[in-house]
Amino acid sequence: MTDSLTGQAINDVPADMSDDTLVRVDNLVKYFPVRGTGMISRTVAHVQAVDGVSLTIKRGKTLGLVGETGCGKSTLARCIAGLIPATKGKVYFEGNDITNLSRNAMRPYRREIQMIFQDPYGALNPRRRVGSIIGEPFAIHKTETGQERKRAVQGLMERVGLNPEHYNRFPAEFSGGQRQRIGVARALALRPKLIICDEPVSALDVSIQAQVLNLLADLQDDFGLSYLFIAHDLEVVRHVSDSVTVMYLGRVAESGPGDQVYEHPRHPYSAALLSAAPAADPDSAAARQRIILTGDVPSPINPPTGCRFHPRCPKAQDLCATSEPALEAKAGDPTTHLAACHFPVETGENLARAGRREQQL
Amino acid sequence: MSVTEVQFQAARVEDAPAIAIQGRSQWQLTWRRLRSDKVAVGSIVVIFLVIIFALAAPLIAHLTGHPVNTAYTGIGENASGNPVGPGVHGFPLGTDQIGRDLLVRIAYGARISLFVGLLTTALATIAGVSLGLVAGYFGGVVDAILARFFDAALAFPFIILALALASVFSPSLAIVIGVITFFSWAGISRIVRGQTLSLKEKEYIEAAKSLGAGPMRIMFIDILPNLLGPVLVLSTLYIPAAVTFEATLSFLGIGIPEPAPSWGNILSEAQQFYHVAWWYVVFPAAALLITTLAFNLLGDGIRDAIDPRTERIFAGGKASRGKRGRRRNKDGGLSLDQAIVVGQQGDQTLDISRQPDVGGLDI
Repeated sequence: MTDSLTGQAINDVPADMSDDTLVRVDNLVKYFPVRGTGMISRTVAHVQAVDGVSLTIKRGKTLGLVGETGCGKSTLARCIAGLIPATKGKVYFEGNDITNLSRNAMRPYRREIQMIFQDPYGALNPRRRVGSIIGEPFAIHKTETGQERKRAVQGLMERVGLNPEHYNRFPAEFSGGQRQRIGVARALALRPKLIICDEPVSALDVSIQAQVLNLLADLQDDFGLSYLFIAHDLEVVRHVSDSVTVMYLGRVAESGPGDQVYEHPRHPYSAALLSAAPAADPDSAAARQRIILTGDVPSPINPPTGCRFHPRCPKAQDLCATSEPALEAKAGDPTTHLAACHFPVETGENLARAGRREQQL
Repeated sequence: MSVTEVQFQAARVEDAPAIAIQGRSQWQLTWRRLRSDKVAVGSIVVIFLVIIFALAAPLIAHLTGHPVNTAYTGIGENASGNPVGPGVHGFPLGTDQIGRDLLVRIAYGARISLFVGLLTTALATIAGVSLGLVAGYFGGVVDAILARFFDAALAFPFIILALALASVFSPSLAIVIGVITFFSWAGISRIVRGQTLSLKEKEYIEAAKSLGAGPMRIMFIDILPNLLGPVLVLSTLYIPAAVTFEATLSFLGIGIPEPAPSWGNILSEAQQFYHVAWWYVVFPAAALLITTLAFNLLGDGIRDAIDPRTERIFAGGKASRGKRGRRRNKDGGLSLDQAIVVGQQGDQTLDISRQPDVGGLDI
C-alpha cells in the first residue's frame, strides 16, 4: 500500500489493531512553514521535520527511537503527545484517533500520555515548589484536593526515590538526577499508560543515568507502562528497548526488534550509526571498522530525492536517487524487521571499505 | 572502585537528609537582601513618612486650626499683601499668595500625588501585564495587532493629548489619571511581552501543556511568577514618574484644578512669588523631590535585591554599591534606560535596558 502524495510505503502490519497495541502512528507528517521576512509574509518553504512515519508502541513495552540531531525524533514525539498539530497522518491511542484534537477533547488522553523532558533544569518551573510541581497534574485535572493531594505527591516522591520532606523546596535546591526524578514523579502522577521520554538521561552523569534508567525500568514493571524512548546514546536505547526504530531526515530508515537491528542492521545508515558507537571492550574496539560517512545531513527544507540517505550512502547507486525505497522486511529477516533500502547490508559485508572508495573519488 | 560502589555512593548523596538547608523562596531571599541595603531601607522609611504625612492631612489642619482652603487675608499676608514666612502668625511653613496655610496645603497635595501615583501605576501595571502576556503568549495576529497598539501609545505626544483633553473636558482628577495611565501601560506591556516570548519556549511550559493546562493557567500561574521581578522594579520606578507627571500637568494648569491643592499647582502659583517668598517654592518642591527620590532609590534597591549579580557585572565589590544605576537621566525623570532587570532563572540575564524606548514617561 502506498500513499499517493508522498510515495512513502505505509507500514501495513495486519496485527496492528490487536489488543497489545497501545499507540499506532500512521504515516505521520509534520511540516514547519518557513516564512519570508516582513510583516505580512508568505510561506516560502517547509521544513519537512517528519515525513511519513509509521510506528506502533506495544502495551507494556519500550520502543526506542534513535537518529542524529535534527532527524525529527522530538517533533514526532510532540505530535504523538498532541503538543504540536500534525500536518498529515494519524495517531491512534488504543484504537481512538487522537490526531489534532481540541484541548478539551484531548483532555482525557492527557492523563494517559505523559512526557519526561531532556533538560532537568528547564523542565521545572524555577518559581514553584516541588510539591506544587508534582501536584500540578492533580490541580489541572481536579482529582485530589488538599491533604489528599499532599499525601499523593509525597507518595510519588517516595516512589521515585526523593525524600518526601523536601515537599516545600524549590527545583534549584536539587541535583540534576533528583530533578529528573521530580519530572518522572510529575509524569507518573495521573497513572498514564504511555510515557514519552525525550532524551531523559542525556543531560545526566553516567552514574546518575543508570539510576534513572533503573527507576524507569522498575516503574514499567510496577505500573505496566509503555515507553517511547528517544535518545542518541545507542547503548542506552539497546538497554531499555524491546524494539528500535532508526530515523533519518524525517523518515524511518529501519525498525525491528532491538537484537535484530543491533546485530544485523540492514540499512547502511543504521550500520554506520552502530559502527560509530564507542565500544566498551578495547579488543573489539580495535577489531572494529568504523563506517565514516561523508558530507553533512542534507537540509530538511529541501531533502534529496529518492532515498534520503543516498548522497551519503557508501552503497548508493543510480536507482537510489530516483526511487524511494519501501519500508519492508528484507529477504531472510523476520517480518517484524523492516528496512527502507534498495540494497540492504548483508551480514559480513564491509561497508567501511565502500565508504573509503567513495571518499577517494 | 567498582561501578556498583559508585552508584551506591551517588545514591547516598542524592538521598542525603537535608536538615540544615531551609527552602527559601525567591521573595524571601529578595527581602533579606533588601533589608541589608541601607539606602533601600531608608527609602522605605521615607515613603512611609510621606504616606503618614498624607493620611494625617486632616489632623494637621485640625492641629494648626487652618482648613485647607481657608484664606487668611489678615494674618496670612504681610503689609504689602505678600505671603508670610515660616513661623509667622502660627503658619509653620508660611502661607501662599492668598494667605492659605502652606503646610496644610502640601499635606493635602501629598494625598493627591500619592493617590495618582499609586492608582495610575496599579492600573498601568494590570493593563500592561495582561496585554503583554496575551500578546507574547498567543503571538501571531494577536501579537501583531497589540504590538501596534503599544507603539501607538508610546508614540503619542502626551502634553498635546493632555491639552486637547483638558480643553474639551474641563481639567479633573479623572482626566489626570486617565492620561497618565494611558501613557504608562505600553512600556510595561512591551517588557512583559518580550519576556513572555522567551519564557513560553521553556520546557516547563511544554510540560504544563502536556499535562493539559489551558492558556490562562499557563499565563498566570506558570509565566507570570517568573515576570514579577522585572514588573515590580518597573512599577516602583513608574510611581515617581507618575507623581512627576501629575505635577507637570497641574503645573501647566491642565491637571488638578484649583482650589484643590496639588504639588504641581502650588508650584505653578509659586513661580510668581519666588523672589519674595522662597518658602512658597522650596517646600512643595522639596516634598516632590523627596518623594520621587525615595521611590526611585527603592526601585534600584529592589532591582539589586532581585538579582545581586548586577553589582558584580558592573564593578566588582561593595565599594561601588549605590553609585551605579542611581544616576538620574538628564531630564530628571525616571531613568529606565539604566534599569537593569535580571530574570529569575538564576543563570539567565534579562537586560531590559537594551529594549528600545522603555519609558514613554520620560518627562
